[in-house]
Amino acid sequence: MTLPLADLVLILPELLIVGMACLILVLDPITPPHKKVLLAWMSLGILVVSSVVTASGFGERVMAFSELVVLDSYAVFWKMLLYLVSGLTILLSMGYLKVEKIQLAEYYAFVLLALAGMMVMVSGADLLTIYLGIELMSITLYIMAGFKRFELRSIESSAKYFVLGAFSSGILLYGISIIFGVTGSTRLVEISAVVNGRGIDDPLVFIALMLLIVGFGFKVAAVPFHMWTPDVYEGAPTSVTAFMAVASKAASFAAFLRILLEAFGGIKPDWNLLILVICIITVALGNLVAIVQTNVKRMLAYSSIAHAGYALIGVVVAGWSGIEAAVSAQGVSSLMLYLAIYSFMTIGAFSMVAILRKGGLEGEEIEDFTGLAKRHKGGAFLMLVFMVSLAGIPPTAGFIGKLYLFMAAVNAGLAWLAIIGLIFAAISAFFYLRIVMVMYMREPSSEQELHTRLVLSTQVSFVLACAVTGVVLLGIFPGPLVSVADLSSLTFK
Amino acid sequence: MVIPAGGFPWLTIVLLLPLLGVVAVLLAHEALSRAIALTVSILTLLVSLPLWFAFDNANAGMQFVEKHLWINSPAIHYSLGVDGISMPLVLLTTFLTPLCILVSWTAIQTRMKEFLISLLVMETATVGVFAALDFVLFYVFWETMLIPMYLLIGVWGGPNRVYAAIKFFLYTLAGSILLLVAILVLFFEGGRTFDILALTHASYAPGLQSLLFWAFFAAFAVKVPMFPFHTWLPDAHVEAPTAGSIILASVLLKMGTYGFLRFSLPMLPDATVTYTPIIMTLSVIAIIYGAYMALAQADLKKLIAYSSVSHMGFVTLGIFALNAQGIEGAVLQMINHGITTGALFMCVGIIYERTHSRQITDNGGLANAMPKYATFFVIFALSSVGLPGMNSFVGEFLVLVGTFAWSKLTGTLAALGIILAAAYILYLVQRIIYGPASPQMVPKLTDLNVREFGMMVPLVVLVFWIGLYPKPLLDVMHASVARVIASQSTSVLVQQGGDGRSRTLAMTAEPFAHPLIMKGDVAP
Repeated sequence: MTLPLADLVLILPELLIVGMACLILVLDPITPPHKKVLLAWMSLGILVVSSVVTASGFGERVMAFSELVVLDSYAVFWKMLLYLVSGLTILLSMGYLKVEKIQLAEYYAFVLLALAGMMVMVSGADLLTIYLGIELMSITLYIMAGFKRFELRSIESSAKYFVLGAFSSGILLYGISIIFGVTGSTRLVEISAVVNGRGIDDPLVFIALMLLIVGFGFKVAAVPFHMWTPDVYEGAPTSVTAFMAVASKAASFAAFLRILLEAFGGIKPDWNLLILVICIITVALGNLVAIVQTNVKRMLAYSSIAHAGYALIGVVVAGWSGIEAAVSAQGVSSLMLYLAIYSFMTIGAFSMVAILRKGGLEGEEIEDFTGLAKRHKGGAFLMLVFMVSLAGIPPTAGFIGKLYLFMAAVNAGLAWLAIIGLIFAAISAFFYLRIVMVMYMREPSSEQELHTRLVLSTQVSFVLACAVTGVVLLGIFPGPLVSVADLSSLTFK
Repeated sequence: MVIPAGGFPWLTIVLLLPLLGVVAVLLAHEALSRAIALTVSILTLLVSLPLWFAFDNANAGMQFVEKHLWINSPAIHYSLGVDGISMPLVLLTTFLTPLCILVSWTAIQTRMKEFLISLLVMETATVGVFAALDFVLFYVFWETMLIPMYLLIGVWGGPNRVYAAIKFFLYTLAGSILLLVAILVLFFEGGRTFDILALTHASYAPGLQSLLFWAFFAAFAVKVPMFPFHTWLPDAHVEAPTAGSIILASVLLKMGTYGFLRFSLPMLPDATVTYTPIIMTLSVIAIIYGAYMALAQADLKKLIAYSSVSHMGFVTLGIFALNAQGIEGAVLQMINHGITTGALFMCVGIIYERTHSRQITDNGGLANAMPKYATFFVIFALSSVGLPGMNSFVGEFLVLVGTFAWSKLTGTLAALGIILAAAYILYLVQRIIYGPASPQMVPKLTDLNVREFGMMVPLVVLVFWIGLYPKPLLDVMHASVARVIASQSTSVLVQQGGDGRSRTLAMTAEPFAHPLIMKGDVAP
């Protein structure tokens, strides 16, 4: 069997990125320590090249490798987002790894490998391709979570993530095998053809669907499959946490939505109620539990759970039965818009946590932000912008994201769901504003005054500038991104 | 800048100037920041004056309209414009902001720059709320204003400021939840547009109107605040710095009543007619309850805060009387309350700067120690009572005329509120102006300086101008108010005729005759 060249060209970005990851691993031992930063710049370079290649495929829909891989605008949208997030993560890590004294060049190789996995996920047209992507991403993230290998918390985080992650992958694979048993195929298109004929009457399809939802529920950290999130997010190095909270969530949502709509789009009533229930409890629990957190990383972990819940509103709308195709497409595009916006504000918030130092340690308690507005006006203001945006208050991007999600919900006749979402958004303002409160309205103790400070580097400043520009600009001029999301939405038959 | 077909983009400039001021303050040296902010706010006031002078009183529609596409799918516009109801409110905002900066000149000692930035952002957001003609744009401004206000209360406020700030924030945010959903529902029901005027012209099924009415009510009633949603107000007022209290009382509360006038009445005429008795009842309760609470207060700011609840009760009463006198009185009263209560909070701020106490008992005998101050205070206090010849008299009188036309009982009960207002204000004046001075405070009581005197004068001028010759201000409103009433008369319930309420409506929907007092030929 020969690999057709045309197919290889279609996955050129993936090849470039994996190639660069391998190259970094080879170069790492022979690079003197003070030059390792060059490897980080090389990985950034390959991201730029890949993004140009990927972007040129926008607007087309091509299948490769006998329909295992699909390249459509939907995939391009997600890939561009993933490039951006990976690039920002690498920039953020350059300073962070140095301060934390875990500056190993393979870190950048892992970021690239995880990215390659995510890219496979978003353009997989076959359950097994998607599964391969998930595993590549997950295994790399397990390692990255334990990257602070001298710290017990980081190792615990890695171990927990690995055990639970392996478990959920098992469930996912079990679901895939049942589907193969019932339909005789793992191609999304072929599954769709068979499943449409059977539907709920075949309990096996139903069971397989449940298993898939559980598996992906774990990956996107939806309640009740979220248990790992706070511990893993807290223990992992903050730059890795940011990467997990944004990139892996986005890629999982992309694959999840594609499977649900392209393979099981014909039997929406079988799964949309379940997603609806998961969506509501995720929004509720994420926001409520975040209120009692005292650690910023844990709080942001619960906040990321809650935001997964909001994004699920998009899935619910896309899967709602008895609505026009245009409304379903609106559900998909509002989810895409939401996750893109979520990326900016979450990267920004985690970057702030990463650069706040308390003595030699990371300042990750909410207390550590006390009185920050007095010492670092600019930094405190950036954090204010990110918090306000996460709470979904205009004129920030967070509001625009929620506006489009709720608009889609109301359009699908789910105004009550929008009301529930908004009620919890109002509740979430309480804990987001608590950070604003400690920064602006509390007097720091003399000890805090002495020891807590922001450690800025050029790269981190650039990341923060990108994040805040994204949050403000998308809040005021969301038009172009909205149009792109509309154009890249999945097409419905 | 694209100059719109309607002429020069005055409103955009009024919106942008304070934001430019924010940039200037950011870049400037701390010592210069106050002067810069003051200059910018005065410039903004000057730029907003053409809205008054070039306003066409005969035109009931929107003027100074600007419309640009903001987001294309779905079409959301950056569209601005003012009519006779919103134009005075825009001017009130631009008029009060310089005064707020002046009143904070020495009162704010820490983080001056951030304070000024918050004030200027507030100005933009508030003007935006009154001038927005696109529902999403309106909501953006409506919510944006929460953040600077939260900071104003929470950073520069009194001892319990953090609690007051978060209470204010969550209360108003929770109120807006249903507003956003209502906006989205209107979008799909009203012809897929966010254009406020287009949505006003569309008609909605009575069942939907009811739901939308209560959704609007949740947002607007919290902001006004109407009884029983007023509990955030005393806390916020007491803890806020003086400038914060002024903005809160004078401008922010008006956003709620403006919402009722701009959205509830014209868009949902049937629901409005149906639920008017409930709103009227709540308004009367607010008037009397607020006045009673004010009687019992020992804290100056709390007293004025509760008097605000009472006065805003008059405004909602006038609006839901659904006749020309009532609504014009209400709009006028919105302006009057902004001037008078703003002035009273300013007075409290001035005395607080000297004695560092807001307790009435600590601040007695000011007539001897601070005669100029005492004079101004008594003027504003009497204006608050509604003494003839002063601004509030005209507004309250019109509201009562309108209310009596709606129901005699309601009118009588509301009039009781005026008597109670006289009681609590005169009791206050008796204690702090003429009462016994507290000995340890007397040395601190220095009379007004030039800056403080200068802040008081324009307010006094307005008090008497509106009190003695309200015609120009009322002329501005006539056409727009008549349009609100005309939209009311399209109500199905009114067309069917039937009960007494709709007869009142039909009567007042006739071409509007000036209330008699303006011609001065009949005494009330």
